[in-house]
Amino acid sequence: MDAVIVNDLYKQFGKRGETLVSRLWKRASSNGKNGNGSAQGNGARPVVIAVDHVSFSVQKGEIFGVLGPNGGGKSTLIRLISTLMLPDAGHITVLGYDVVRQPMKVQERINRVSVEASFFKKLSPMENLLYGARLYGLNAGDARRQVVEILTRLGLEKRSIYSPMEEMSRGMQQKVAIARALLSRPELLLLDEPTTGLDPRSKREVQAVVREMREQYGTTIILTTHDMNEADTLCDRIAIMNSGKIIALDTPAGLKAMVSPQDGRPPTLEDVFLELTGEKLVKPEEEEP
Amino acid sequence: MTALTLQLRASFAFVERNFNLIKRYWAWEMVWLIYSTAESLSVSFIGLGMGAISGNGAAAPQVNTGYLVLYLLIGTLVWRFLSMIFYWITDLINIERWEGTIEYTLMAPVRRLTHMAGQTVFAVVYSLFFTGIILTVTTLVFKIDLSRANIPGGVAMILSGSISFIGIGIMASSLPLLFPERGAQMTNVFIALLMLVSGVYYPVSVLPGFLRQLAVYSPATYVLEGVRLAMLENVPTHELWGFMRPVLLIGVFLVPAGLWVFAQAERYAKRTGKLHRNG
Repeated sequence: MDAVIVNDLYKQFGKRGETLVSRLWKRASSNGKNGNGSAQGNGARPVVIAVDHVSFSVQKGEIFGVLGPNGGGKSTLIRLISTLMLPDAGHITVLGYDVVRQPMKVQERINRVSVEASFFKKLSPMENLLYGARLYGLNAGDARRQVVEILTRLGLEKRSIYSPMEEMSRGMQQKVAIARALLSRPELLLLDEPTTGLDPRSKREVQAVVREMREQYGTTIILTTHDMNEADTLCDRIAIMNSGKIIALDTPAGLKAMVSPQDGRPPTLEDVFLELTGEKLVKPEEEEP
Repeated sequence: MTALTLQLRASFAFVERNFNLIKRYWAWEMVWLIYSTAESLSVSFIGLGMGAISGNGAAAPQVNTGYLVLYLLIGTLVWRFLSMIFYWITDLINIERWEGTIEYTLMAPVRRLTHMAGQTVFAVVYSLFFTGIILTVTTLVFKIDLSRANIPGGVAMILSGSISFIGIGIMASSLPLLFPERGAQMTNVFIALLMLVSGVYYPVSVLPGFLRQLAVYSPATYVLEGVRLAMLENVPTHELWGFMRPVLLIGVFLVPAGLWVFAQAERYAKRTGKLHRNG
């Protein structure tokens, strides 16, 4: 059964995002002439097509990867699925509920971890997670117990649980972000580059938790990343996204079978991306040290 | 578990979170409390010094300084209470933009009414406590005799007025949704204009004609006048109904109107992708 169905999804920014005042001003200054003109011309913000008629479905319990460069539309896609943005066209159904018409039904069943571990920095992990747990209707006693259990399992020392978040490393903060998502036991977990900027050990720990979520609770996971190895090892299927479009969708093995071996070695997802787009997935200036 | 229980828990999340925030930022709270108390005292001292600054020499016997001090004190305390409610409600989005948590809160299965209710409950309790401390200090400094004041009437008046300020706050809280960088500053314009036209430190009758006309639409005008009648003239509570009725009517209109405006702003922010930008 499909947990997520994305059908002909389209989202653009720029022209439609203009303010009412700027639209009226432009209309007045164009002296009543018809035609919207070039989006780049006469001071208008350029139109950016973030998601360009994308369609795919994700099965229940699947780990579905979305691989693509920065600015390729991955985060916008996640925001559209998580009810944080409204599409310009197309439909998204999450566990049978439409994200635009039934956002509350969707919100009850999903959670999200983004690349920025956003928290109230002066509050402790316990205070932050308790806040998150209450928003999802958990009672405080259960939530407190689970917070300690999940965070210690993720390797946080007990005293860190009660210290302000601002005193923690980014890796630790990201683990707390994952704990926040786990607390509500989502049926669909949206992971938007959850391991970007983490050290190799933290990356492995986060990846282990992702696998555990699927194995223990049958959670459906959509993971965006530009880490080829992560996508290769974690995902059942991967969609390669570039300039808002899905240019290939298959299992990691299926994608790699699209290209011939490179210099006698088996092809990697990076080779697949290069073959399909003519560009490298991670440009030299974006590569992590 | 019923939907109501879930929403009540969610509502309490905002109360508890704000309490935790003021606990962690306690030093700033102390600074704000000292500043506010000093400001209230300074304004009220104008009443004591009126004789000396009236231009009529060292004494101006026609000025009842006790009355004047209480008049100014009521202005400063009522305004402190109402503006604090306003600021806490507009902080609904400001805080989240500042901390970068806005997307997590707005993607939680929480009705906006629940969200507002939690923030409002905290705003009212915090403002009552904060203003109570300032009232205690100023009463001790000025040795104010409140034995002939209609205190319950004054409290009823101020609580009635707080409903309309909740509505104004909800409406203004949509500004940081629409304008991620400048929305927070824009909310100050609301409160500054209300202070100007509502007769916080003077009767609205001294205002020029066009400002006097605007005063009619400010709920604070009725609250201040009603509280002053209760506290200075010992007017019985039932006679304050003429002041309570307009503020309640404004509140009954402004709260749903504020929620509607906020819903439109949220929809706009979701359509244009402004939700995830931090100010």
